[in-house]
Amino acid sequence: MKKKVAGKLKTVRKRFRKDDLELMIISSPTVLWFLAFSYVPLFGIIFAFKNYRLTPGKGFIYSLFVSSKWVGLKNFEFLFRTPDLGNILRNTLLYNVAFIIIGVSLPVVLAVLIHEMFSKKLAKACQTAMFLPHFLSWVVVSYFAFAFLSSDKGLLNYMRNLFGQADIMWYQSPQYWPFILIFINTWKTIGYSMVIYMASITSIDTTMYESAVIDGASKWQQIKGITLPMLRPVISIMLILNLGHIFSTDFGLFYIVTRDSGSILSVTQTLDVYVYKALMQQNNYNYSAAVSLFQSVLGCILILISNKVVKRIDPESGLF
Amino acid sequence: MKPKAAVHQEGLKRFNRVKPMTNSLISLLFIMFAFAALIPLVFVLIISLSAESSIAEKGYSFFPQQWSTDAYLELWKSRAYIGRAFLNSIGITFVGTIMGLVLISTMGYTLSRPNFYFKKTYTWLIFLPMLFSGGLVASYMVNTQVYHLKNTYWILLLTGCCSSWYIIIMRTFFQTTVPDSIIESGKVDGASQLRIFLQLVLPVSLPVIATIGLFLTFSYWNAWYSAMLYITTNHKELYPLQYVLISIERNVDFLAKAEEYLSATGGLAEKVPTETIRMAIVMVIVLPISASYPFFQKYFISGLTIGAVKG
Repeated sequence: MKKKVAGKLKTVRKRFRKDDLELMIISSPTVLWFLAFSYVPLFGIIFAFKNYRLTPGKGFIYSLFVSSKWVGLKNFEFLFRTPDLGNILRNTLLYNVAFIIIGVSLPVVLAVLIHEMFSKKLAKACQTAMFLPHFLSWVVVSYFAFAFLSSDKGLLNYMRNLFGQADIMWYQSPQYWPFILIFINTWKTIGYSMVIYMASITSIDTTMYESAVIDGASKWQQIKGITLPMLRPVISIMLILNLGHIFSTDFGLFYIVTRDSGSILSVTQTLDVYVYKALMQQNNYNYSAAVSLFQSVLGCILILISNKVVKRIDPESGLF
Repeated sequence: MKPKAAVHQEGLKRFNRVKPMTNSLISLLFIMFAFAALIPLVFVLIISLSAESSIAEKGYSFFPQQWSTDAYLELWKSRAYIGRAFLNSIGITFVGTIMGLVLISTMGYTLSRPNFYFKKTYTWLIFLPMLFSGGLVASYMVNTQVYHLKNTYWILLLTGCCSSWYIIIMRTFFQTTVPDSIIESGKVDGASQLRIFLQLVLPVSLPVIATIGLFLTFSYWNAWYSAMLYITTNHKELYPLQYVLISIERNVDFLAKAEEYLSATGGLAEKVPTETIRMAIVMVIVLPISASYPFFQKYFISGLTIGAVKG
C-alpha cells in the first residue's frame, strides 16, 4: 500500500525532499509505536482459527504458527453454541442502547437549560461539579458505589432500615443492576457530554437569536428553530461514535463496579467482560480471540455503516 | 468569558431571558445535579475519617458517632507498600505523559505538513487502528510472549501513551492555529524540520500541549487495566495506587479473617481499621484530582472542541 500511494503521489505531485526525510525521522518513534502495538498484534487474529498449544522448548511464535493445529471456524461454532452468548449479546446491546439514548438526549437538554441560567457564576460552578466524575477511575467509582450498596454497611440499606424495610443484598440481586449500571454510567458521563454540547451552543452566532427575537419568536421556538438544528452535526458525530462502539462496553463499569459478583452475571456480563474472563480466568486463548474478532469485525462494519448513513443525511457531519 | 456574558445580558438579550420563575427552577435542578456529582466523594471522605467502631455499629454514615484519623495513620505505617505504589503512580504518570506528548506531537506535526511525501500513508497508519483492532488476546499474547513486557514498568508506560484521536487533535491544531509564515520563515533561514518544530512551532502551541498533556496525566493517574492484565501478584513493587485498591480488597479481607481467627482463639492482634483504610486510599487517589481539575478544566474543554473539528 505504501508503494502504491507513493508511486501515485510521485507522478501527480512531487519528489521526495530532505524535509520529508527529516519529518520521517521525527515521527519514526510514533510509527514504531503504532506498528508494535497496533499492527503486529493483528497477526494474533489467527488465534481465533487455531487450537493454540505451547510446544515446550519451542517458544511462542513457533507454537502458534507451526505446531498449533488449524481448526477453521470451530472456535466460532463453539461460541455460537454457548447458551450464554445470547444473554451476553443482549446485555451488551441493550445497555449500549440505553446509554446512547440517555447519553445524547439528557446532556443536550441540560446544555440548553444551563445556557438559560441568569447567574453565569452559578452555572459555571454547577458545570464544574458535574464534570468531576469524568476524572475518576472506575475503581474509585466502584468504592463510591460500595459505600451506598454494601449490604451490611451501605447507606441505602441503613435508610431502608430507618423506614422499617428489610436489607437488600444489592450485589446478589440481579433485578436492580440494569438500573444501577445505567444510573452510575449516566452519573459519570453526563457532565462531560454536557460540556461538549455547551461548547457548540456557545459558538452559535448570537445574531440569529436576535433576529428571531425581533420576529417575535418564543424561547421554545428559538430552541427548536435555531439551537437544535445548529447542534445537529455534533449530535450526529456523537451518535456515530457511540453506534460504532455498540458492541463494546466499558470494562471497568461491568467488571469492577459490579465487583465481578457471580450471582448478578446474568445482567452484568458483556462481551468485554466475557473476553477478559475467558483469557485471564480460563486461559482459553482461542475462544477469547474468537469473541474478540467477532466483536472487532462487527464494530468495524458498524462504524463504516453509521458513518455512511450520517453522511447521507448530512454530508458535513461524517467522521471521515 | 465574563465581559462577553455581561454584554449578552444587555438590551435584546435581557428581553430574551427566560422568566425568573423558570430560572429558579433551572438553577435548582443544576444545584441538585452538582450535589449528586459531589456527594459520593464527600461521603467516602467522611467514611475514611470515621472511627472503625462507629462503622461497626451504624454502618457507613454521613454523621459518624466518632471521628478518627486511624485509617490515615495506618496508611502511613504501611508506607513501604502504599508509599511505593503512590510513587509508582506519580512516576508512571510523569514519564508516561512526557513520552506520550513526544510521540503525539511529533506525529501531529508531521501530518500537519501539507507537502509531506507520505502524508496519505501515515494518515491511514494512525487512522486504521481506530476502526479495527486485533483484540485483547492478540495484544496480550504479543506483549507478554514476544515483547516480554509482563511485570515491567514498560508495559504500564507503553499501553495508552499514544492515541490516534490525540494525534488528530494535535494535527488539527497545528493546521489551523500555527501560521504557515512561521514555518516558511524557518525554512528560509535554512532550519531543519526538527528545529522548526522545537523552536518555532512548539512555543506557539502551548495550549494544545497543555490540553493533551492533561488528558494523558489524568488517564495515567487513573490507569488500572494494564496493571491488572500484566502485573502478577508476586510483583507488588510495581503496583500503581489504582491497582492496590483492586488488590487490597482481598488482602484486607484476608487480614480481617486472620484477626477474627486470632481473637477467637484468644490471640490479641493489633486492630487494623480495615473498613476505613480502603476509603482512605480512595481519598489519596481522588484528592489530587479533585483539587486540581477545576483549574485545568478550560484546557479540557478546549481539547474537546478542537477534537470536534474533524478533517
